[in-house]
Amino acid sequence: MKVLKIIAIILLLAFMGIQFIPTTRNQIDIVPSTDLMEVYDVPEKVDVIFKTSCYDCHSNNTAYPWYNKIQPVSWIMEGHINEAKAELNFNEFGSYSERRQKSKFKSILSQVKDGEMPLASYTWMHREAKLSGNEKKALEVWINKMLESL
Amino acid sequence: MKKFKITMGMVAIGLTLLTVTSCKDTKKSDEHMEMDQNEMNHDGNENMEMDQNGMQNDEMMNRDQKTSKATAVLNSYLELKNALVADNTEVAATAGKTLFEDLGKFDQSSIAGAQKQEVIDIIEDAREHAEHISENSGKMDHQREHFEMLSKDVEDLIAITGTDRVLYKTFCPMYNEGKGGIWLSETKEIKNPYLGGKMMKCGEIQEEIK
Repeated sequence: MKVLKIIAIILLLAFMGIQFIPTTRNQIDIVPSTDLMEVYDVPEKVDVIFKTSCYDCHSNNTAYPWYNKIQPVSWIMEGHINEAKAELNFNEFGSYSERRQKSKFKSILSQVKDGEMPLASYTWMHREAKLSGNEKKALEVWINKMLESL
Repeated sequence: MKKFKITMGMVAIGLTLLTVTSCKDTKKSDEHMEMDQNEMNHDGNENMEMDQNGMQNDEMMNRDQKTSKATAVLNSYLELKNALVADNTEVAATAGKTLFEDLGKFDQSSIAGAQKQEVIDIIEDAREHAEHISENSGKMDHQREHFEMLSKDVEDLIAITGTDRVLYKTFCPMYNEGKGGIWLSETKEIKNPYLGGKMMKCGEIQEEIK
């Protein structure tokens, strides 16, 4: 029992200790001119889908949940967001070559269709980000239209 | 004292919960780090081999002279294509990695004017596809999706650089829910990299590229 108590105290101290380690927050005030919504005419419905289900990780502006203030959550999230942005950053979409935009559109389409994106670990805490059949369809129609015009 | 125990218990439960929920994610980032390390090791080894081995150096120079014809890129592209024909996802991943490296070494210096930017765009896009293919061993559908986009890149690349061999641009009308997809093949005989063993013979030659 005494050993357990010591372990618990050590864990508690470690937990408290890591709270002081800072992380960089992924937030900006101004929407860049290269943002997807700035370079293309995105219908309202699709615009909302992108912003609620994709932008938290795939842009330079995350709407952080309260538990992000707790370590090690912030670390893990920071890693995820950096990885996601390297793959696809909607804020920079307009700076991609036409070829790359096309590839990204195709990949978004198939990832959403296959249910790979948005990630299950994300929708678990963000129920509103989960895409309904209707939303998927709207996204598909718009992206297909974009692919034809590019 | 009792109160203390309860608090400790709650803290312990909280900690366990945190660990459980973050477990999956941590594993993922670990994998990623491992991969990065592998990549680094690989590059390191390569450099050492090059320094130690004269033969290898000659081979590299030979390769460089031919990059204007995209020789190395075509070699690894076709290797990847044949792995997908054989439904072999691991070999496809390895070939994807080689292709990723070969694309990185591609010499753009001889290409001038407006075509230069296009080649840069092609290489950037193609590298991303090759990287995805290399990282998705076991997910052949995903590898094939990227292979479809990659094939278009390679086709456009050799339209600019020329090719050192005869290639057949082949079209599979069934792929991707009837949207179809093209690939480049070194043989006239049709071996479909999108459908593999399921429908090996599906496809038609659209163009002979010399």
